[in-house]
Amino acid sequence: MNATPLLEARNVTKVFASRGTIGARGTTTVAVNQASLAIHATPPSIVAIAGESGSGKTTLSRLLLGLISPTSGEVFYRGRPMEAIKGAERMAFRRDVQAIFQDPFEVYNPFYRVDHALEVPIRRFEPHKSAAERRALIEQALDVVGLRVDETLGRYPHQLSGGQRQRVMVARALMLNPSIIVADEPVSMVDASLRASILESLLNAHDQRDIAIIYITHDLTTAYQVCTSILMMYSGAMVEVGSVEPVIKDPLHPYTQLLVGSIPLPDPTRRWAAVQASSSAAGQHSTTQGCPYAPRCPQVMDICRTEAPPLYAVSANRAVACYLYRGAPAVATEDVSALYIGA
Amino acid sequence: MSAPVLQVRNLCVHYETDAGPVKAAENVTFDLARSERMGLVGESGSGKSTTVLALLRMVTPPGRIRGGQVLLDGADLMALSPEQMRRMRGSAISLIPQAAMNSLNPVMRVRDHFYDTILAHDRTMSRAQLAAHTGELVEAVGLRPNVLRMYPHELSGGMKQRVCIAMGICLRPKVIIADEPTSALDVVVQRQVMETLGRIQRQLEASIILVGHDMGLMAQFVDKIGIMYAGRLVELGPVTEVFGLPLHPYTRLLINTLPSLDAKAVFKGIPGQTPSLLNAPAGCAFHERCPDAVGDCWKAQHVLTEVLPGRWVACPCHAGAAA
Repeated sequence: MNATPLLEARNVTKVFASRGTIGARGTTTVAVNQASLAIHATPPSIVAIAGESGSGKTTLSRLLLGLISPTSGEVFYRGRPMEAIKGAERMAFRRDVQAIFQDPFEVYNPFYRVDHALEVPIRRFEPHKSAAERRALIEQALDVVGLRVDETLGRYPHQLSGGQRQRVMVARALMLNPSIIVADEPVSMVDASLRASILESLLNAHDQRDIAIIYITHDLTTAYQVCTSILMMYSGAMVEVGSVEPVIKDPLHPYTQLLVGSIPLPDPTRRWAAVQASSSAAGQHSTTQGCPYAPRCPQVMDICRTEAPPLYAVSANRAVACYLYRGAPAVATEDVSALYIGA
Repeated sequence: MSAPVLQVRNLCVHYETDAGPVKAAENVTFDLARSERMGLVGESGSGKSTTVLALLRMVTPPGRIRGGQVLLDGADLMALSPEQMRRMRGSAISLIPQAAMNSLNPVMRVRDHFYDTILAHDRTMSRAQLAAHTGELVEAVGLRPNVLRMYPHELSGGMKQRVCIAMGICLRPKVIIADEPTSALDVVVQRQVMETLGRIQRQLEASIILVGHDMGLMAQFVDKIGIMYAGRLVELGPVTEVFGLPLHPYTRLLINTLPSLDAKAVFKGIPGQTPSLLNAPAGCAFHERCPDAVGDCWKAQHVLTEVLPGRWVACPCHAGAAA
């Protein structure tokens, strides 16, 4: 992997500080802690960022989208630091890197027909296009996501189902022919029976148009279905990264093991093993020292509480941030992405 | 098996709109045995939440219960006066609502939510008894007693959902209705909440109806499962049998769409769209999307029929199986 990555985060940390109100001291939350990730254009990467709510996965995606800037570390777009991208270059970036958000109800203006949501980006990025050309582009994109033009255009958002609305959003992202799509929980608010069609249209975009995809999710089953690599986050830190196959099928980090074990499998003959799961992550961001998972970890050791573990390269396609694997060589976080992601 | 604790017969709920009635639940019929865990699944708009709200007579206008019986230990809930029905809610049949975050009063301490509920049914309880009882309740759902002094915003989503479970059981109901109790929670918390709910249900020997669209969760939790489509129950049977051999084509397709860890990048959606409940097509609501539709599916409405012991299905493809 010698080529410059399309999008890269190198050791990024994002700290949110809240100013104290009367009588209360301000608090800081480390939403993303030393995360690294590289997305390649050829072959296009398809990477999952997975974790529970509060794990920092959405913050990491917003850093990659350039919507917020990191407290420390850097984000690069085609080798250029994000802060340096301004003006016309920023426009090109906005076009090349498309986002799909979680809630297909909130992203539409209810007063406009859905055509509006599709027209605006073309007018903005390709003002020279005629109405007929715009229409052709829209129809082509709707076709890729499996929507019928006559059943979609001319309608208001409330006349479409959640699944259709989300597919229109996929079409909108595809229309501009981006190099990468950042999809933040695109199916979590859609019925299970419709999820398949949305994920399928994303995967088609990847296969047919060579679009790289960052799929942000808490659902490990769909992450496994869609992606080739995965980055597991806990409390802002990367806990396990590598090829999706070994990470999900044979998780090594105790947290990944807990998550994989909690997936409700649609098979009544394989029910949850009666394991006492430890209490949730809520309110446990305060530990600044040591491994963020130590307070919940069933296999916690003394060292875990004092020093955060580095990522250990346990095999050619995976690294785990856990002292249980300290026999393996440690890797610097900025090298992790080059090693695993995007293969 | 003893007599079922809850018998639902031909329950119909319509939402009256200017364009005509939306038939959100049509002829829903099922039995719930004592200590049984039943799941009710369907896509959004299939009528599952409407059905369970109707069991509690909590459908609000423009929704109206247009017919049917709900027998709780043989007594018809539909025949009760509003005041009698109010006494039943919570004490005989209780609801654990969908969005726990929106179900608690933000300016009331957790403790006062319990006191309100209990005192509404039993004025005779002393302050000390109340405190002891609520203490036991929060402990039963795995929370520390200090949450009783807290306000809802001080609790995490999982804790709030557990408070709602504790409130749902505070009067020891015979039937607990849980409407997507974990849909807003992470997988680990979801599992903890479901395990809590299951343990409580066993202790109380209560029956439970779990409403949701997550087939994975259903497979993990329930004994019996009912599948709703366009306002009707299309299949009902023991969960292992329904997953092992789904009889209704919709159930089969729904199970096929589930992502699993056994195969990668295979997506099978169900083609087509759910019909509008306003102008429902004649005949079977699923016939337009059904791969097995036969000659008269577009004109005849199929009735839920017991085709094998304990297995009910509304599809002519299996009418022969009964013989």
